[in-house]
Amino acid sequence: MSATNERVRILRGREWARPVRPVRREVLGAAPELEEGRPPLLFVPGFGHGAWAFAEHWLEHAASRGFPAYAVSLRGHGGSERAPEATLRAYTHDVVQVAAGLPRQAVLVGHGAGALVVSHAMARYPARAAVLAAPVMGGWSTAATALRRNPVGTLPALVGGPLKLHRRQLFSRELPDADARRYAAQLGRVARRAQWQLLAGREAEPAVGRPPVLVLGSPDDRVVPPAALARAARRYGSAPLLFPGMGHDLMLDARWREPIDAILDWLVKEPQRA
Amino acid sequence: MPPSTEHGRPDPETTTLALSRDGRPVSDRGDTVCVIGAGASGLTAIKNLTEHGFGVDCYERETGVGGAWNWRHDRSPVYASTHLISSRPFTQFPDFPMPDSWPDYPHHSQLLSYFERYADHFDLRRHIWFGTEVVRVEPVADDRWDVTTRSTGGYGPERTSRYAAVVVANGHNWSPKLPSYEGLAEYRGEVMHASSYKDPAQLRGKRVLVVGAGNTGCDIAVEAAQQASRCWHSTRRGYWYAPKYVLGRPADQVNDLLLMLRVPLRLRQWLYHRTLRLTVGDLTRFGLPKPDHRVYETHPIANSQLVYYVGHGRIAPVPDVARFHGGGVTLTDGREIDPELVVFATGYLPRFEFLDPKVLGDSDASGRPRLWLNAFAPGYPTLAVAGLLQPDSGVFTLSHWQTVLFARLLQARLARPQRAAAFASRVEAGAGERYSGKVKDSSRHWFEVGHADYLRAVQRALDELEAGR
Repeated sequence: MSATNERVRILRGREWARPVRPVRREVLGAAPELEEGRPPLLFVPGFGHGAWAFAEHWLEHAASRGFPAYAVSLRGHGGSERAPEATLRAYTHDVVQVAAGLPRQAVLVGHGAGALVVSHAMARYPARAAVLAAPVMGGWSTAATALRRNPVGTLPALVGGPLKLHRRQLFSRELPDADARRYAAQLGRVARRAQWQLLAGREAEPAVGRPPVLVLGSPDDRVVPPAALARAARRYGSAPLLFPGMGHDLMLDARWREPIDAILDWLVKEPQRA
Repeated sequence: MPPSTEHGRPDPETTTLALSRDGRPVSDRGDTVCVIGAGASGLTAIKNLTEHGFGVDCYERETGVGGAWNWRHDRSPVYASTHLISSRPFTQFPDFPMPDSWPDYPHHSQLLSYFERYADHFDLRRHIWFGTEVVRVEPVADDRWDVTTRSTGGYGPERTSRYAAVVVANGHNWSPKLPSYEGLAEYRGEVMHASSYKDPAQLRGKRVLVVGAGNTGCDIAVEAAQQASRCWHSTRRGYWYAPKYVLGRPADQVNDLLLMLRVPLRLRQWLYHRTLRLTVGDLTRFGLPKPDHRVYETHPIANSQLVYYVGHGRIAPVPDVARFHGGGVTLTDGREIDPELVVFATGYLPRFEFLDPKVLGDSDASGRPRLWLNAFAPGYPTLAVAGLLQPDSGVFTLSHWQTVLFARLLQARLARPQRAAAFASRVEAGAGERYSGKVKDSSRHWFEVGHADYLRAVQRALDELEAGR
């Protein structure tokens, strides 16, 4: 964990003095038929996505393998309350609130920029484990990649406008075009300030309790280049698990079953603290 | 180090038997840490120690978690209307927020459910021996500890286990402090300490004198104003009665905004006096004595209703009690009043009867331990006291960081002994340090801390311990 700031910050004056404003949150879930004592999973969608993205396949699949599975829509996304002024801290707050409300210590699974939110949430909640799927950890290289792949959708975002993702950025060609269009039509917009913080935000504080972290993604992801994937994994002291041929949206793409099975297999083995 | 998933309970079959100094068998618990008490501080100790890889045995004399905040416990000081004094962000554990749907100042029953959820969420109950009280804690060779326990109430045999470290989290709000007054024995009315006050029905229709201007005293005075036929509120001095809300926000959040901006104390005091003046007004106009100190120099009282009821004539502020006699009370200004019921909201004293006072540096047994960061005793590197703090804010956050620091210290003892040794000399040098501005001296205020000053000191201690990692 060489790149992360290792200093635990005890004084949190800003967070105490200006608590995040509560909003109504959408949480979708699927319960296993038989309670087997597995830790609950909390899926955190990336920017533009809502809990629906996980409700499509992953929630049911995780439940069918014995894991209680939940997905939250960050404020301003999916069925959660509108929040045009949301910040990264507000998103983090949403995740921590839902995680702490679960009956047992949860595994946080972040996708895309949701992985960045999860990395911040880990500093405010002792996750049992964390999974960063196709993580968009922010910084200017993220913007450069987006600009190269989708200049028309990305340019306005850099001058304060909304970011528009294109379906060819998100899905592989294996996914039927009708599905890709249907998913892309559900994509929402990110709050402007959060968008900026994605580029120029602060590094996450150290994770509480040093949970084990799994990083996975696709070498053919058009949002997260392989180098960024390797960098994210190195931060947590491992190498990424790769699923060649898949697009950025691992949970919606045609071969969605492979990554979720890999995540659940990893959890079944009960990884120990980093 | 045992993995965190290891079952925490002592298992006589697998432990080697040693003998104590007086020849009793001792079961050796190896690297396990003993936590005394499963209240707020004890729970966060268990959570943070297990999180850092330690095995934990916690002994709790009651049958549930929550300590003082569990109204079912016979030592619990809470009464039906107890609400928090500090708002949610200052009260919750820093890594387990209270639900967004809760009010700014939750009720004590919500707090109990919070601790129960905390215990369940992190699976802490499997480390706790309920209904077991600690009789003795004795230091033995190699910085280890012999902890002797028995069933609560003194039934059954005692058993002694040897631990690598001990966290004392037995709370400090259960042993009532009762002032002595001349003639109290002759007084024919009813007398109670606030610890046995549970419900406003106890006041209904009576003439009540409430003694003490702590937060509890003010709460009870307000309830007496609503229920009793008369209410006198006796205070030793004038206090600053802070409203729970100022400028549209919980008052402590406004205060921390100023702290965060590093506004100097004098200026904060001025702003505070100014705000009170503008909102609540001049308290002497209501017959309340003028405070003999500046704000932040005594434990803050957060009560919006006291002044309101004084203004409605439902509470009569009176000075200190001079003496009691058969039919009533003489006050220090010579006035006579005739209450039927006297409630002493005169606070509590910390007690550690299972521990030799010398261990905590309290050589003259005055009840004031001499510790560093209110937690670490010189000469005993494997002992920590959690929650022995009277902060101007929530205490649970502070207990959390105390126990995190202790867990890191125990890790350092194994992995980087020179760091742990440096910490020990820091404890030696810093014992008795205070973490607040100037405060009025009283047995209530010796462990008063300013939360920002205190947490800054903990941050420095943690940074020093972790330096060069």
